[in-house]
Amino acid sequence: MEAPLVLSTNIGHPAQMVVALVVGGAFGLVLERAGFGRADNIAATFYGRDFRMMRVMFAAVMTSMLGVYLLDLTGVMPVGNIGLLPTFVLPALVGGALVGTGMVVGGYCPGTSVVATMSGKLDGLFYIVGLCLGTVLFTVSYDWFAAFHGSTAMGRVLLHEYFGLPSAVMVMLVALFAVGALWAVGRIEALVRARSHLDPLGAQDTPATQETAR
Amino acid sequence: MTQPKPFWNPYVAGIALGLVVLVSFFITGKGLGASGAFKHLGAAVLHQASPTWAEENKNIGDYFVPGHSPLDDWIVFLVVGVAIGGVVGSVTAGRFRRETIRGPRIGRDSRLVLALLGGIIGGVGAQFARGCTSGQAITGGAQLALGSWIFIFAAFGGAYALAYVVRKQWI
Repeated sequence: MEAPLVLSTNIGHPAQMVVALVVGGAFGLVLERAGFGRADNIAATFYGRDFRMMRVMFAAVMTSMLGVYLLDLTGVMPVGNIGLLPTFVLPALVGGALVGTGMVVGGYCPGTSVVATMSGKLDGLFYIVGLCLGTVLFTVSYDWFAAFHGSTAMGRVLLHEYFGLPSAVMVMLVALFAVGALWAVGRIEALVRARSHLDPLGAQDTPATQETAR
Repeated sequence: MTQPKPFWNPYVAGIALGLVVLVSFFITGKGLGASGAFKHLGAAVLHQASPTWAEENKNIGDYFVPGHSPLDDWIVFLVVGVAIGGVVGSVTAGRFRRETIRGPRIGRDSRLVLALLGGIIGGVGAQFARGCTSGQAITGGAQLALGSWIFIFAAFGGAYALAYVVRKQWI
């Protein structure tokens, strides 16, 4: 029997929606515990002061990647059985840059803005209002964007296929990259904190309350 | 006043998040997402305003099946779950508080304008990229999808490129 379970078991639509609620609930809870209900914890990554956001994100991607490819190599869940995301090179590049811009300007991304709003943060709610406006704006103007949106399509291509490597090698290279990047940002963080005479407190574990002037 | 509980160690939080994604893959074959729910919500509103126009729109037309609401979708339920998880998390940690998060050098109103603007930019971006940090970066990154890794580098690139311009908002 191969995973995912939806392939081999008879999970109906209502039950799948219940699973979505539970998975979403766990997702929201972990984002809150990670500190992403506050924009300052997210934006701090972009000023070299506290790379918490990058640490959480890379640790999440690495954990999930190792799990996915372990399940793939053992035949429990062939990676082709899960919904692989298709690649559109230029839309990913432009869309990614815009989502990143929105993150430093607005302080959130779509998922974290929901958690922030539900933590009482008014700026999170304003991000969500903007998110709805931006999404509708794109849909309403889709005739202008359609050609670009569908351009540079490469299908469901994975990194190891693109580079012609065994998946296990690619997984190790990506893991090495992540470890190296997190080591490097740790050094940058130490330098920035020393230079800006910030409290060398573990801003890691305490919310940097920036409500009050320094 | 009691102190809020500390946040989790970032690596612990990251591993927990990765396990949530993995469990989601294992049960449903899908990862996470967030922006998609707002696309469905926008589609439902546009459909109320003009059903024919919405059904013919190439970005959202697929969402309309007779007898089935565009809101009755996996991603919508997932994000409702995120909202529940968020409020349960903030209340149980003693962190639920009505406030506006901002740096020391910006007023509340300016911060809210920037939050709205950032939301618009992020919303358009997530449509171009077919996903946001959850759907592209984390879900696709774990799959090693080429486009998702392009997205990850582009997102950090865009944020760092603009960081200096909006620094007064944060530091």
